[in-house]
Amino acid sequence: MKEKIFINARIIDPSQNMDEKGSVIVDANGKIKSIGKNTKRKEASTIVDIIDVKNNVLIPGIVDMKAFVGEPGFEYKENFRTLSQAALSGGVTSIVTMPNTKPMIDNVSMVDFIIRRGRDKASVNLFPCGALTKQMEGKLMTEFGLLSSKGIIGFSDVKRTVQNTATMARIMDYASDIGVLIMQHTEDYELSKNGCINEGEISNRLGLEGISSIAEKIIIERDLTLLSEFPCRYHINQISSKKSLDVIEKNKTNGKKFSVGVSINNLALNENDIGDFKTFLKLSPPLRTEEDRLSLVKGIKDGLIDVIVSDHIPEDEESKRLPFAQAASGAIGIETLLPLALEMYHNESLPIKKIIETLTINPSKILKINKGTLKKGADADICIFDLDVPWVVKAEKLKSKSKNTAIENRKMQGRILMTFLNGELVFNQQ
Amino acid sequence: MAVIKNTSAIKNPPKHLLGIQNLSIKEAKTILNEAKTFIELNRSKSKKLDILRGKTQINLFFEPSTRTQSSFDLAGKRLGADVMTMNMSNSALKKGETLIDTAMTLNAMHPDLIIIRHQDSGAPNLLSQKVNCAVINAGDGRREHPTQALLDALTIINRKKRIEGLKIAICGDILHSRVARSNIYLMNMLGAEVNVIAPKTLMPKSIERLGVKSFTNMKKGLESCDIVMMLRLQNERMQGSFLPSKREYYEYFGLTSEKLKYASKDALIMHPGPMNRGVEIDTKLADDINVSLVKEQVELGVAVRMACLKIYCK
Repeated sequence: MKEKIFINARIIDPSQNMDEKGSVIVDANGKIKSIGKNTKRKEASTIVDIIDVKNNVLIPGIVDMKAFVGEPGFEYKENFRTLSQAALSGGVTSIVTMPNTKPMIDNVSMVDFIIRRGRDKASVNLFPCGALTKQMEGKLMTEFGLLSSKGIIGFSDVKRTVQNTATMARIMDYASDIGVLIMQHTEDYELSKNGCINEGEISNRLGLEGISSIAEKIIIERDLTLLSEFPCRYHINQISSKKSLDVIEKNKTNGKKFSVGVSINNLALNENDIGDFKTFLKLSPPLRTEEDRLSLVKGIKDGLIDVIVSDHIPEDEESKRLPFAQAASGAIGIETLLPLALEMYHNESLPIKKIIETLTINPSKILKINKGTLKKGADADICIFDLDVPWVVKAEKLKSKSKNTAIENRKMQGRILMTFLNGELVFNQQ
Repeated sequence: MAVIKNTSAIKNPPKHLLGIQNLSIKEAKTILNEAKTFIELNRSKSKKLDILRGKTQINLFFEPSTRTQSSFDLAGKRLGADVMTMNMSNSALKKGETLIDTAMTLNAMHPDLIIIRHQDSGAPNLLSQKVNCAVINAGDGRREHPTQALLDALTIINRKKRIEGLKIAICGDILHSRVARSNIYLMNMLGAEVNVIAPKTLMPKSIERLGVKSFTNMKKGLESCDIVMMLRLQNERMQGSFLPSKREYYEYFGLTSEKLKYASKDALIMHPGPMNRGVEIDTKLADDINVSLVKEQVELGVAVRMACLKIYCK
């Protein structure tokens, strides 16, 4: 590979607290050789590809902490190839994949399979997550140590929560010793039983059973209480309400160490968007009120929420074209993650650097991976985007195999132009 | 060469009766006025008309029902339609057919009206997107039961000559009740003041947002009410999960002649049926023809459904 120099770039790299006009040089091994306003053309070797970024924004490739790939078992919804294409066209170069496949990733042989399959078929960096409990039944813990040694990045039961407090206490106790990352979905099943959407006026009008925000809050409170006794690496996958945020604020202020994620859907949509039974907006955790949404945006600003995830869940039409209560939950979103997040910059809710931080360096720190940064020597995973260009989301144009986007026809501002993986061009909008 | 037009797109999509929420005041009043004309007919010796002759009406019931189903059945027949009733609670769904597939199958038979009852809220809305004929909601989940609210309104108008300015109490299991929701929308729309009365565990959160006052006390909730609508309380909800016992419920929320005294002195009682005598209502009170409108509700139900069939069938 020839060396590359990116010139005329607005470089935003929160890992170096950088937001400046400058250049980036990528060496022949696909690593960052030099970056910033002081980087000069002559630092590169004489044979070099020049890429004029034309004053667009250049950031580290996005790290998405929560996406579902259908392999194995659900290839008709998404596979490694289609997920990679979708991710790269959204500027995402690293993905944490969820273990709720069929069969589930809860044993060593499945990890071997998924890593080999990913290496052959995927063209992004994959970080597979393993099941927290066997068969995700919330009863028996999986082999944290062995699975980690095979390459599992963290442990989660994805849409399921360990309900038994004693089991959860033992999981956290064991995990605290060997240093693995626990990624919890926080939902009390008895409180959310049969629930489809947020409990309130909309659930009354649509006649759907509601999910109270207490269902989320009570598990967060339980787990954070356990965390005082068993200080493990603990991450809350996605929060959805102001009440949860209040608990998180109290605990973070007291100096407790844990991290928190939020889905881009809960930042960009609220329960009113469900309209007349739009099943593509049936999500878990559910969309809540506008007040909740605003509090989540503020939670990012205040540093209470660390990462934004796409919560990319491809579902085929048959799983969605059903009465609301029977329809599957989840929406695709890896391609639209960054453009949708940019809404919060354009409407002046968040500074651009904060948004990029939650999509790059913050997830990398939680996962303890050397991604999400363009420091000298780092892998040259790069996303270049136009901050202002307008476009409209059309499901049929998205690259994901399933087309269940929650934001069909939404007007966007800002679009990915190019994506590089280890210095190689892997996506080009033109 | 003959030009084949694309006939798959639905032209002039028919109007559906999916819920009171989607109805304008004008539409509601049109249905009620139309229904009035059928009351006398239903009491006369020759009850058959041929307004819907040659039309096909399919009753698609995914949930067991006696009165609503027979009411729609009779209404269709009295207007001269060919009526087919499909009891779906034990058929195709168990073979794994989805609602959409069922809709497509029926649609291929060219019905003019589909009446649907389904346990899932929003099922009629989904069905209406997939068929070429009018869809009438005969009750979906806990969302709406529009023809029940319309027949309740007609019954009230028939007795009280108006709805505007009346005070109406709806008592019982508001949380799980589609009848309550449809009535809240319709009575509000027609200018009544609505109180809902229920134990806290059967009262939906933020129900006030639908434009009602909520009470957990019969005495306060019934004060100066002209109409008292009682709702059915289902057995499985009485045994500890939502309420301590049947006995305790009857003590605080069962309608007795003593509690009825809190309401205005010429107050009338309604119930969508079937009644749990001695649970939500005292058995003598339910049969007292001076205060109970239960039989009239059933009678006028047929008239309201005839009006709906006539108006929505094209």
